[in-house]
Amino acid sequence: MNKMTDNKFEPKILGFLCNWCCYAAADGAGVVRFQYPPNIRVIRVMCTGRIDPLFIIEAFRLGADGVFVGG
Amino acid sequence: MVEAGRSPNIKIITKATLVSVDGGPGRFAVRVHRLPRYVDEELCTGCDTCAKYCPVQIPDLYNQGLAFSKAVRKDYVQAVPSSYYIDPAHCLFFKHEMCTICVSACPSRAINLQDKDEFLDLSVGAIILSPGFGRIGHEVLSRFGYGKYPDVVTSMEFERLMSASGPSQGKILRPSGLADPRKIAFLQCIGSRDVTCNNNYCSSVCCMYSIKEAMIAKEHDPYVHVTIFYMDMRTRGKGFDQTRQRSKAKYGIRYVRSRVASVEEADGSLRLTYVNDRGEHKVEEFDMVVLSEGLESPDSAKELSGITGIDLNKYDFCDTHTVTPLETSRPGIFVAGAFKGPYDIPDCVTHASGATAGVAELLAATRGTEAIKKEYPPEIETGDEPRIGVFVCHCGTNIAGVVDVNDVAEYASTLDSVVFVGRNLYSCSQDTQELIKEKIKEQNVNRVVVAACTPRTHEALFQETLKEIGLNPSLFEMANIRDQCSWVHADTPEEATTKAKDLLRMAVAKARLIEPLKEQTVAVISKALIIGGGLAGMSAALSLAEQGFESYLVEKTDLLGGNLNRMYYNLAGRDIRGFLRDTIKKVEDAPLIHVFKNSEVENISGYVGNFSTRLKTDSEDVALEHGVTIIATGGREYQTKRYLYGESEQVVTQLEFEKMLSASPDPKTIEDIVMIQCVGSRGEDLEYCSRICCGQAVKNALKVRQLNPDANIYVLFRDMRTCGFVEDYYTEARDKGIIFIRYEVDDKPRVTDNAGSIRVEFTDIILGETLQIEPDYLVLSVAIVPNEIETLSKMLKTATTQENFFLEAHVKLRPVESAVAGVFVCGLAHWPKSIGDSISQAKAAAAKAAILLGRGYVTVEPIVSSVDIDTCIGCGICESLCPYASIRMIKVGKKKKAETISASCKGCGICASHCPTLSISMGGFTNKQITAQIGAFGEGS
Repeated sequence: MNKMTDNKFEPKILGFLCNWCCYAAADGAGVVRFQYPPNIRVIRVMCTGRIDPLFIIEAFRLGADGVFVGG
Repeated sequence: MVEAGRSPNIKIITKATLVSVDGGPGRFAVRVHRLPRYVDEELCTGCDTCAKYCPVQIPDLYNQGLAFSKAVRKDYVQAVPSSYYIDPAHCLFFKHEMCTICVSACPSRAINLQDKDEFLDLSVGAIILSPGFGRIGHEVLSRFGYGKYPDVVTSMEFERLMSASGPSQGKILRPSGLADPRKIAFLQCIGSRDVTCNNNYCSSVCCMYSIKEAMIAKEHDPYVHVTIFYMDMRTRGKGFDQTRQRSKAKYGIRYVRSRVASVEEADGSLRLTYVNDRGEHKVEEFDMVVLSEGLESPDSAKELSGITGIDLNKYDFCDTHTVTPLETSRPGIFVAGAFKGPYDIPDCVTHASGATAGVAELLAATRGTEAIKKEYPPEIETGDEPRIGVFVCHCGTNIAGVVDVNDVAEYASTLDSVVFVGRNLYSCSQDTQELIKEKIKEQNVNRVVVAACTPRTHEALFQETLKEIGLNPSLFEMANIRDQCSWVHADTPEEATTKAKDLLRMAVAKARLIEPLKEQTVAVISKALIIGGGLAGMSAALSLAEQGFESYLVEKTDLLGGNLNRMYYNLAGRDIRGFLRDTIKKVEDAPLIHVFKNSEVENISGYVGNFSTRLKTDSEDVALEHGVTIIATGGREYQTKRYLYGESEQVVTQLEFEKMLSASPDPKTIEDIVMIQCVGSRGEDLEYCSRICCGQAVKNALKVRQLNPDANIYVLFRDMRTCGFVEDYYTEARDKGIIFIRYEVDDKPRVTDNAGSIRVEFTDIILGETLQIEPDYLVLSVAIVPNEIETLSKMLKTATTQENFFLEAHVKLRPVESAVAGVFVCGLAHWPKSIGDSISQAKAAAAKAAILLGRGYVTVEPIVSSVDIDTCIGCGICESLCPYASIRMIKVGKKKKAETISASCKGCGICASHCPTLSISMGGFTNKQITAQIGAFGEGS
């Protein structure tokens, strides 16, 4: 990603999704074939309460343009 | 459904009908006739190849005939069993002995055209009838243009039209092929509340499903206008009225109180003729008409009744009694679901659990004796060096049609620690499980990664496969390359492939660090605490006792029975005092039930299997240990100050009035009676509908009529919500001259004191006039409010609704369980409900509680937290933050340390993310694992 060739910025996004709600909703989006841009990579957690702020900092340090927390 | 399909203790026999039932409770001999499927369930992988090749197209009944299916098919994608079957009525081979294309097309040779029908003789202890409901006849539907005008559809058809998996992929199209509908009308009570088709009962569920469909239609197309034509909006379930309000306020759904007289076509539109509630004649045009069809008794009802000998009611539903709501007329045969009457999903699920309690009571002596417990081989020692096996799934074309699975598999083989990469057409099929096992053994794989669908639906299946060959189920990870990749990036295959590789790399990075985790078990104290000695609490205690389990029944007052002490007769006018007396006696005599009257729970702590409770009784404090807790704290009449209640002795509540009527008062003192509905309910003081007051008013009105045939009885109402068969009593009341007059919410009846005598003034909407009555009594149908539960819900950490009713874990699927394991709820503490529904729900709670009590232990998923006591500094932050009270502080030597209570830990990880010394780790979600995933994410281009 980050295809800069056509001068279009494609952000690289890391998502932390709660197993019980947002991760389930992301599956649901698939079931109804809802189409969205392919820029997100997902880490499943059992609750967004699990997310240590350090995870988010680490994601940015390693090149994430955005972090999505869904819960 | 999948769970039922997977249970070793449930055998699903499809295409089967009941032939005969002999014997009695505990020893039934049942004969079942099974028709052949012609497709071997064991061999079929559900790949759909047979249906692709099958040349016979027939209407797809699951999609209500709006799409096509084949002669060899599966009715719908999620069907259980997931194997296909051949419909011999349409198959060319069975009709003309030609075409056997499917036989050669099937890659797993599952098709067997020689399959034969068979008779199965089963010996069972009890029977539950749940044949579901039937459909309203074409003759009734055709009165509203159905069958004549293509754009008149049933609500079932409309449901499929709106479904993403339906014939138009969720786009609402007019069957006539004309432009998308702009104006849609829903007509309520089609085949319900209609004596002309012999269905005088109310189907209960249609109001709510129409509102749901109307809102979804609006979500699909914000420019569509939806109108619902109705007689009474019967949204009386938990949260239903709020949804109805939302449908008006947020979605702009229009409600018209009227029964539409006719539907005719005019210039490509559908012309509806109706009379509104002001008596005005109206004509309006719509693009599409949805008929909200009611629930009919099942087609097989009469046949079932003939075979089993059970009684049906006059509408051919299963006949049951108020106090034995789940029992048929034949002992040992129980009923659940819509065969009992028109009920919605939460009620049906509750009845089903309650019916199993009936079965468990009957078969208590043999509980567990024939249960099959799956045995697994001992766990293999895996060693530290990760050897990862990766399986990339095609999921037919679901994944492979978008993602380049070859590329993903090749990429996987370049990743560190990966020793094997395989591709599967369907990773979840039975034969692939065998293949996975083979490869694991062959390649000495000790960590498995499957790139396929979602762990939420399939993780358990693959973990089961791991267990079967002795690999710890935690040594498994999934990459979601279908639901969250191929399905949502169908138009960008290249990017989807890149994403699939990234997700797989992240999964492998985590897999390198996963460790075997031990599944923990915690013993369950085989006793229940039941809080509340009303009808629900007593019914739950009796059911548990019948099943052989001990319980403590705690009652706040000095009298068991709760609100039932204030009731004297049921809707049919029959005495229920005897039932209450018998029930109390049974409870007090039962050796397994320990009753504590004048007692309250002062403190409750612990977790599923191990609760400790301190009771405050009138004499001393009592300490109790129990494995489960059932909340049956009940409710009470709402204390209103409206309509001169408390000021005039002529103004009474329905319960007070019932007591007066039960004493057979002088008929002269009940010459003129006025009742007002929804006092406190539905927005006046409380937002919700109290569900049972309409039936209660009809009951007391009929009692007055019985005591004084000349009495003038007026019931002032907003919507009469006499759902199900209670509608018959509403009809009877009108037939007997009881006058029902509707009032508007912004024009309520006015009550004044006129020199010591009350006067009720109200507007008659149809006449448009103000009327005045000076009744002997004004009877208020006051709301039902839950008893005070704040302290209890805080101690148990159970959630409540904003109205202070206990909140169930899942409204539809887990209606009697709380989100806190081992805590169940029944009766008015859950929501206002009738006597029969309270008993059903109490039995359901007892059935659920008995699962834990009977098994004697609970297994804990190994995702729970664990504390490293060497680095823990005992700060207690985790304890204060845990939403489930699953961390406690203990003394280790002289130091305070945190300790996880595994049994109640839900694995949320709040403790781990807040621990200042990183001393808390989450099973399967450790800091190292998540950091490795983030690291692998960072490696992406």
